[in-house]
Amino acid sequence: MAKGQPKKLALIASKGSLDWAYPPFILASTAAALDYDVQIFFTFYGLTLLKKDLSDLKVSPLGNPAMPMPVPMPNFVQMLPGMESMATMMMKQKIASKGVASIEELRAASIEAGVKLIACQMTVDLFDFKKTDFIDEIEFGGAATFFEFAGKSDVQLFI
Amino acid sequence: MEFDQECDARNLNCPLPILRCKKSLSAIEAKQILKITATDPGSVKDFQAFCKQTGHELLQMDDEDSIFTFYIKKRAD
Repeated sequence: MAKGQPKKLALIASKGSLDWAYPPFILASTAAALDYDVQIFFTFYGLTLLKKDLSDLKVSPLGNPAMPMPVPMPNFVQMLPGMESMATMMMKQKIASKGVASIEELRAASIEAGVKLIACQMTVDLFDFKKTDFIDEIEFGGAATFFEFAGKSDVQLFI
Repeated sequence: MEFDQECDARNLNCPLPILRCKKSLSAIEAKQILKITATDPGSVKDFQAFCKQTGHELLQMDDEDSIFTFYIKKRAD
């Protein structure tokens, strides 16, 4: 308990929408508060969560039948231009009104607590991302880099 | 109950009360007492779990009109 070797948490963050940005940063920041060593490996769409500007994270009701909507909304309405922005705006308002942290806040808390953020180099090349788009507090690596830490971790999750 | 530092986590939702508490704890000395107020009902279980796992001592917990107050004694190390 707090003595000896700290526990370790290894996460893979593979999704880049506003709603799915929460689990990795909530778990990482909380585990760090519980004295875990934490690493998150960001791959594919998860790389979006490492960009300097997080304001374009979106949530889409399309293909997401469990998303609570104020009124029932058929798919063909959800696909209309502007619907995604509207759903995102509503979600952001809800998040703020319920005292839920913003992604920026949780990411900053994770970084401050020493969570190590690793960007998948292959994804950076695949999508032609520019390294200057990302925050400074990250490292670049591949699958073997992830396993170096995940192999000796107590908890490993794919998100 | 006497305390050395106060942390207001009211109107914040999971995991912010825990993160705020952790930050406040790192700013006080070992064995000092931190008072935390929160409104998130989930924080009742969360603070118990937090203390169990980190070795800080949950001295007292109150619930008054859905405002939860926790007194946590920082572990000695």
